Amino acid sequence: MINLVLRNSARLIFLVLFQVLILDNIQISVYINPFMYVLFILLIPFETPGWLLLVSAFLLGFSVDLFEHTPGLHSSASVFMAFLRPVVLKITSPREGYEPNTYPRLSYYGFRWFLNYTVILVFAHHLFLFYLEVFSITNFFGTLLRIILSSVFSIVLIILSQYLIYKK
Amino acid sequence: MKNLIRFILRFHFVILFIIIEFVSLSVAFQFNNYQKAKVVKIIQNIKGFHHAKILSITEYLKLRETNEKLAFENVRLNNILQQAYRSDEIFFYKKEDTIFKQQYYLTTAKVINNSVNKQHNFITLNKGFEQGVKPEMAVISPDGVVGIVFGVSKRYSTVISLLNTNLKISAKLKKDDYFGSLEWDGKDYRNAVLNEIPYHVNIRRGDTIITSGYSTIFPEGVLLGYIDDFQVEGGNFYKIKVILSTDFKNLTYISLISNLHKQEQFKLENFFPDD
Repeated sequence: MINLVLRNSARLIFLVLFQVLILDNIQISVYINPFMYVLFILLIPFETPGWLLLVSAFLLGFSVDLFEHTPGLHSSASVFMAFLRPVVLKITSPREGYEPNTYPRLSYYGFRWFLNYTVILVFAHHLFLFYLEVFSITNFFGTLLRIILSSVFSIVLIILSQYLIYKK
Repeated sequence: MKNLIRFILRFHFVILFIIIEFVSLSVAFQFNNYQKAKVVKIIQNIKGFHHAKILSITEYLKLRETNEKLAFENVRLNNILQQAYRSDEIFFYKKEDTIFKQQYYLTTAKVINNSVNKQHNFITLNKGFEQGVKPEMAVISPDGVVGIVFGVSKRYSTVISLLNTNLKISAKLKKDDYFGSLEWDGKDYRNAVLNEIPYHVNIRRGDTIITSGYSTIFPEGVLLGYIDDFQVEGGNFYKIKVILSTDFKNLTYISLISNLHKQEQFKLENFFPDD
């Protein structure tokens, strides 16, 4: 149990640092801004109580906000994503349901499941984040294009990371 | 009471979500620049250290280019100096002149972090209030306007880049002094948009845009960019696409400008005598 908490906290710290120290420095274009730190919310164990899920998502977004000079922006987007997670887990659940002692990872439930799960949540997060950042509908389709391109990059990074780290 | 507790326990997930979301959104909308600057200050010393490390590598790779730029800048400054000597002979030795007093003074700083791909871009400099940097100083590069100083810590400071959709700069046409406001449209780091130029003005592609000097921040006549394209929008005004003269992907050394008469002008403009 304690081991699990430690592992997830370490992942949180690592992902925040990876985001603000490395990903934010790779500036490809206005249209492509991957946010890979949301991987933390995707990988948090199934049995995590709801309040802990929301609080840790807030901590995650808050630490990214601190480094990016954007108070409240990433916090609200990650909390929104964490709120959607139980629903998305229900929608995408395999026929037999989720087994005990497994984690929401590609290596347990396969590529198709992980892709669906990731695409829905990451897209929802980016949608919320980018529209809140711009906070106007003057350039609606331009922002939508930024959301789609950035989501694709985030999703590719997240799935690659799964193949790199959790090899079977 | 019992029912209320049962209700809260049953829907705690949704209630907690609403509370946290409400707090973060109100923070997102209400944080003003001053508070922001205070939070930024704490984190900046950590971040500045990290970027200084990365920079020492990239700086080495850009050495040749930077040298070239500095050489050009030197030539330009030398030219100005020679002219200054000539006018000295005429004015200073023959007349005791008290009219020309210094209004702006300049210092230099190095860019240690910069972004061009967000909607609200910021630049970090390697000088802070120990080196005399203050909020609302103007920041320019040899090529033109860069931004305005925003947060200052002990050894570092942040600059609101011109590539920040919140920043508007008062600009004018160099050839006939019509003024408008220049802002970034959040699309491409090489372009910005100039609004509020009335449509009867005769403009052409390639016309020069400079700062108007109407604010207390920028001196008059700093280069902003050149007209690339224009159209009439809303009947009375042009919407002008401007190619920015500063290359924000390639910033290394910049100058900070401080206006010595700022307080005086500000006081006068905000002074309303009682009737």
